Amino acid sequence: MAVTFKGGIHPPEFKELAKDKVIEKLPLPNSVIIPLVQHIGAPCNTLVKVRDEVKVGQIIAEMGGFVSSPIHATISGTIKKISDVEVASGNLVTCIEIENDGLDEWISEPMDRSLEEIEASEIVNIIRDAGIVGMGGAGFPTHVKYTLPDDVDVDTIIINGAECEPYLTCDYRLMLEEGEKVIYGLKAMMKSAKVRKGIIAIEENKPDAISHLRDLTKDDSEIEISVLKTKYPQGGEKQLIEAVLKKQVPSGKLPMHVGVIVNNVHTAFSVAESVRTGLPSVERVLTVSGQGINTPKNLIVRYGTNVKDIIDYCDGIKDNVVKILSGAPMTGYAQYKLDFPVDKRSSGIIALTENEVDMTPESACIRCSRCLDVCPINLVPNRLDELGRLNKLEEAINYNVMDCIECSSCAFICPAHRHLVQSIVSAKNAARAIMNG
Amino acid sequence: MDFLITHSPHFRTRQTTRGVMTDVLIALAPVSFAAMMYFGLRALLLMVVSMFVAMLTESFLLNKKDGIDAIIKNFYGDGSAAVTGLILAHVMSPLLPLWMMAIGSFIAIFVGKYVFGGIGKNIFNPALVGRAVLVASFPVQMTTWLHPIDAVVGATPLATMTSEYGPMFLGMIGGAIGETSALAILIGAIYLLIRKHITWHIPFTYLGTVAIASVIFGVDPVYALIGGGLMYGSFFMATDMVTTPITRKGQVVFGVGAGLITFLIRHFGALNEGVMFAILLMNSITPLIDRYIKPRIYGGAK
Repeated sequence: MAVTFKGGIHPPEFKELAKDKVIEKLPLPNSVIIPLVQHIGAPCNTLVKVRDEVKVGQIIAEMGGFVSSPIHATISGTIKKISDVEVASGNLVTCIEIENDGLDEWISEPMDRSLEEIEASEIVNIIRDAGIVGMGGAGFPTHVKYTLPDDVDVDTIIINGAECEPYLTCDYRLMLEEGEKVIYGLKAMMKSAKVRKGIIAIEENKPDAISHLRDLTKDDSEIEISVLKTKYPQGGEKQLIEAVLKKQVPSGKLPMHVGVIVNNVHTAFSVAESVRTGLPSVERVLTVSGQGINTPKNLIVRYGTNVKDIIDYCDGIKDNVVKILSGAPMTGYAQYKLDFPVDKRSSGIIALTENEVDMTPESACIRCSRCLDVCPINLVPNRLDELGRLNKLEEAINYNVMDCIECSSCAFICPAHRHLVQSIVSAKNAARAIMNG
Repeated sequence: MDFLITHSPHFRTRQTTRGVMTDVLIALAPVSFAAMMYFGLRALLLMVVSMFVAMLTESFLLNKKDGIDAIIKNFYGDGSAAVTGLILAHVMSPLLPLWMMAIGSFIAIFVGKYVFGGIGKNIFNPALVGRAVLVASFPVQMTTWLHPIDAVVGATPLATMTSEYGPMFLGMIGGAIGETSALAILIGAIYLLIRKHITWHIPFTYLGTVAIASVIFGVDPVYALIGGGLMYGSFFMATDMVTTPITRKGQVVFGVGAGLITFLIRHFGALNEGVMFAILLMNSITPLIDRYIKPRIYGGAK
């Protein structure tokens, strides 16, 4: 029986465009632009200067605090420029530009370690030093999740293989092609947190990934595969916990407070790679798709690669493209240009065409209750929208605006096409400022 | 090359307010056909006049700045005025003079809706505002009914309790042109339920409350349900999204409240208008219901 959460929506999936595209490596670009913020938390401090020579995997910016993640060179070559660049989120972020020397020279040789060779206490340091963050898109530094306070007991790790966003197929391809490594990563994290129960949760629209991982884990009593209903936002951390474990994370608390850590499939894969080889994370798989992409692909790209290079490799975009997304249709960021670097959080580059993009003007709310029905947190989105626009922040806080997970289900379903998420997120940001004094 | 910038989500439903309203008109079609079948040309004229005046009023108010062309071009608009006009006509006696119909329809849109700020902002169901004003202004014409088969002017079966169930269910009784045929109303209601424009929360609790109260007080519950305007009101007026609570829990409160008030007025009161006043009264406390009944959020205190 497939499990699920309360609420949610069924956007068109369009997975077929890229789901059968075997992961391939993008040829190394001539240069990369590496942002010093690729995670939630403090920005990193530069360790290099212009004209320095760097090797792949060399640390070029150190953590700016505990909740942060180090940045490594992703190609070998010369530092060309350190300057502020507009990144996918629209923010100006200090970036280090490296010119490729074409040698792809690494800082050290990869090892091939088995998990038995590594101390449990060492794993969290490897994860931290490898610069691994939540690869599903949130970018929360993974080592922070595994540095547990003394009063917290974690008994379950869930690997999030829901991949509930339309178009994205990179997690699916990883589960199919690198299933062993995903399991290796899960076991490494279980060892680190001293947990004896691992669950890989996958939406039922990926039956071959489910059966493949079931095959791989059939002799492992500590790992189980959980089948999820195909529904958005099934991959939301809280929704996943509700579906798989039938419990809710108390408002304002973290999954660890109910004994759970959730990690994305790609995060598990990256952890496996770094634990095994001893090398930092310098690349990721991302899905290049959308009706507007000439040849959709699942590509391994180095962090900092310019999206223009990626799109060129996929034979460019069609003439009727009107929107370019970093991320995916439900939560991604719209871009006005093709010229921006990918980072650790970039799960997709999506090109949308005219007929997919809704331009219906906003009209008055008719109080149809659809937003309440789909909200996975049980908020009153239409009221929050109204309060946000009126800047009534205290009342918005009373209506639990801070609990919004920004999944965009309410705005998806709204027949009046109101820009609910936009006003709710603005209210959230303004309210956070008030609450922090 | 510059691309479009908007906040997420970048996929949205194709459903629009206009689509929802058009679906409501489709759901009202069986009722309209039944009305014409039983009451002929009178019913048709009432519906046409009411819808025309409602749409004209709304289009004029919305587009007057842009001139006559805009008023004609956007005549249908989001379809909500057409729905209000049609619902108002459905709750009228077939004998009502057309000029009274026109006044009622104008008041429904102007006073019932635009005085409050237009679609989404009105407190009361606009069609019921129109009807309330007509009842107050023309009490005789508003309560003179026509029996559809033998064309005799007389009281409604709810007042006399003499008809049999079968003919009542089909609509072969005196009453407002759209309220008599329970069958036609149910067909439309099922369509709205399937299309998910309404849910069970209001109509079923409304009907259920009246049925239970009837049994307790020894009234024939079948009469109570299919007589008068209850069936029509519970599916097409008490389900108006704008004027009913936003939460499903609140909608249950609305339904039970409307059911109790309807029964009290019918059983203990002298008025003919139980359903209308019940819904209007519950409309008036809807903001209060929404204020006090909030959903329990994910991970919130029980």
